[in-house]
Amino acid sequence: MTAPDTVPATAAVAEPARFWTRERKAGTGLGVTGLVAAALFGALASDRPAAFTLAETTAGDTVEINGTLGAVVFGLLAAVAGAALWAPRARRWFVLLLAAGIVAVVVSFLCWQLSRSPQNVLPLGNVIRSSVIFALPLIFGGLAGTIGERSGVINIAIEGQFIMGAFFAALVATVAASVWFGIVAAAIGGLLIAALLAMLAIRFVVDQIVVGVVLIVFALGVTGFLFEQLMAPAPTRYNAPSRVPTWEVPALSDIPLVGPVLFRANIFVYLALALVVLVYVGLFHTRWGLRTRAVGEHPAAADTVGVKVLGLRYLNVLLAGAIAGVGGAYFTLLATTNFNKGMTAGLGFIALATMIFGRWNPVGVLLAAVFFGFSRALAVYLGSIGSPIPSQFLNMLPYLATIAVVAGLVGRARPPAADGKPYIKG
Amino acid sequence: MSTTTSTTGGGGPRGGRHAPPPPFALRFLQQLWSANTVTVTVLAIVLALLVGAILIIIADPQLRTMYGYFFARPTDALGASWDRVADAYANLFRGAIVDPGVVARVIEGELPPARAFAPISETLRFATPLVFTGLAFAIAFRGGLFNIGVQGQAILGAIGAALVGFLLPLPVVLHLVAAVLAGALLGATWGFIPGFLKARTGAHEVIVTIMLNWVGLIFLGWLIVQAWVADPTRADAISRPVDESARLPRLLAWLGPGLRVDLGIVLAVLAVVAVAWLLRRATFGFELRAVGLSPDAARVAGMSVTGTYVMVMVVAGALAGLGGMTMVLGPALALTPAVIGNVGFDGILVGLLGRAKPWGVFAAALLFGALQAGGNRMQVSSGVSLELVQVIQALIVVFVAAPALVKAIFALRAARARSIAAADGGHGW
Repeated sequence: MTAPDTVPATAAVAEPARFWTRERKAGTGLGVTGLVAAALFGALASDRPAAFTLAETTAGDTVEINGTLGAVVFGLLAAVAGAALWAPRARRWFVLLLAAGIVAVVVSFLCWQLSRSPQNVLPLGNVIRSSVIFALPLIFGGLAGTIGERSGVINIAIEGQFIMGAFFAALVATVAASVWFGIVAAAIGGLLIAALLAMLAIRFVVDQIVVGVVLIVFALGVTGFLFEQLMAPAPTRYNAPSRVPTWEVPALSDIPLVGPVLFRANIFVYLALALVVLVYVGLFHTRWGLRTRAVGEHPAAADTVGVKVLGLRYLNVLLAGAIAGVGGAYFTLLATTNFNKGMTAGLGFIALATMIFGRWNPVGVLLAAVFFGFSRALAVYLGSIGSPIPSQFLNMLPYLATIAVVAGLVGRARPPAADGKPYIKG
Repeated sequence: MSTTTSTTGGGGPRGGRHAPPPPFALRFLQQLWSANTVTVTVLAIVLALLVGAILIIIADPQLRTMYGYFFARPTDALGASWDRVADAYANLFRGAIVDPGVVARVIEGELPPARAFAPISETLRFATPLVFTGLAFAIAFRGGLFNIGVQGQAILGAIGAALVGFLLPLPVVLHLVAAVLAGALLGATWGFIPGFLKARTGAHEVIVTIMLNWVGLIFLGWLIVQAWVADPTRADAISRPVDESARLPRLLAWLGPGLRVDLGIVLAVLAVVAVAWLLRRATFGFELRAVGLSPDAARVAGMSVTGTYVMVMVVAGALAGLGGMTMVLGPALALTPAVIGNVGFDGILVGLLGRAKPWGVFAAALLFGALQAGGNRMQVSSGVSLELVQVIQALIVVFVAAPALVKAIFALRAARARSIAAADGGHGW
């Protein structure tokens, strides 16, 4: 989880002939990380076996490996993957080798953790399932951010749209006694914040990051105020929504590993996956998408050929607000079944990191969200089995992973050219 | 509000050189209404209080039932709403500035004189950390960086000050100085990380600082349950108290024991003076502003943009750390998970409202301090929860950030009000 290319960064300036290509930087970083992992985790691990199972429970068939051996071997494997990145024509295998190396580092870490914990089995089914669950708000938020920024509007206020969505979902789902009304209300809640954002950022040309941050404080304040005045005195009347039901697709849910995750799931999972596909197709294969991307890259040119720049930006910001609002419903209709002040806990910002990590591409957002979800799922599971690392430090994992990703792995990601710049006609 | 258009409409320079200049009073009114910075700020506060009043009415169950039969007896609902809102805002004023009833009883000798100063003392006390955190945001903003990590930097500052405060046995004055410096140092460390990452890898400071806020908060949660930190006499999560010698002395202790305003406000004023000097006179301040206005131009002029980013964040972090320090060496006196409250996030709003100018930040901090001191009174006496103050604060900044919006609402002329725009005009990632 360290930033791989901080070490050679100084040398990169000194070498004019681009000696430090992306592959070589990443390879060096991965190699060093792998060696450190092998030495550190190997020394810390014990001789007890670390066991992995595909099931959702700890019972059943397991794959076992000696803790010390596993930590060293997988650390070295990561180093080998790093070295392979130095090979000629490694560019073609870049993503694959990098992913394999990161997985190896994680497994090495797990060998240490499991061999030192009282409960030494890791049920992969369980961890993957909770990874997807934890990834859900990030998918919604990341897609919302992507739609906004592809058309040139930075939507920092995703956190505010989450909390409004969560609040409205809890309130309406309780009062109307229906989670479906709750989800619709959540979309409207997100839409309200997005409408303010759109008006201030597009119509009144206020700095978009300033507006976003202030709107977050506003949304936290309004929901906190109404929570104290309305919900806290009468929680059963206003703050007791039921959980969304789980729908099972008959035969497909029996597929090992992915079956239970994807086909014995709730509306949020299906909706998130559908939205990823929809937004991807929409952005890259429809007229709306082409215009959106044109407006985000070069609004003046788009305007010249007759695209209504401001109208499209309004539309996209509102659309994004509704999506982020539905993501907010996750907090009160799935993760818990009651609203609490400030319950979104910075996930709106991790969603923004998801968008950057996913390079403003819906499929990238999906993968990045699952990565962050995995880091959280791992922290929760290791905390529950009595890991030697204090639970507080495990809880830092998603946040630290975000920093590592933003600082290291993505390098200097290239946002849409007109991102954050207001468009004034004429 | 329709009168505004008529006052501003006529009497322009078009009158020709034969026409006598308009009387001074009229010109004064014109200038006042032509939307200068102060007018927009005052109108923003009025608008925010209006929206707050609507929220108070919505949140009151009795009033909601009255609005149910609004068309049958509108005076009922309107009168009761007025009473409710007036009572809440009157308490806000009594808690923030002065309580006339208490003053009267002080004059008659029924209450000790300290009681009359209690609201002002509380306002200054709440303003103290906000000055520091506001400056921490503002100085980074002037350098073109968006420091949302004020909260985390303040948490680290509180940790540093508290650890020195109860772990190191030092003599009287030295102990306080050491604790203050430790706060600044730890805050600066927490500011260095995003500055360094921004300079080296281009990682956007907004995301890195927000993540560091959470890391800092979780770290604080871990720290205060450690055996060498936790208070052995308490079951809840709280650290040992800061030694007597490391506490900020109270300024008005000779008047009465309840007046909590302390040396922190003096340090805050000194910080404002120092930052004002830095921005105006120091070479670093010039480079900082140049980088904030245009990184490319600064680079061409031979300045180190990356070096400036790192230094700006270090200074901002140190200021935020001092803000956290004033919380733990002042009213809190021990580390708890919520020891610094919300001073970091409020500092962002203070910095924006102060238009990222040192004395503007000071004024904004006083306003927010007054709102929070009064908000506590409003919560106790009128049963309006404290979050309303947060909403009002955010709305004030929204309106101040969009002078065009305020002008549209009040139909003001001219565009002289300075907007809060990012220093380099439009941020990208």
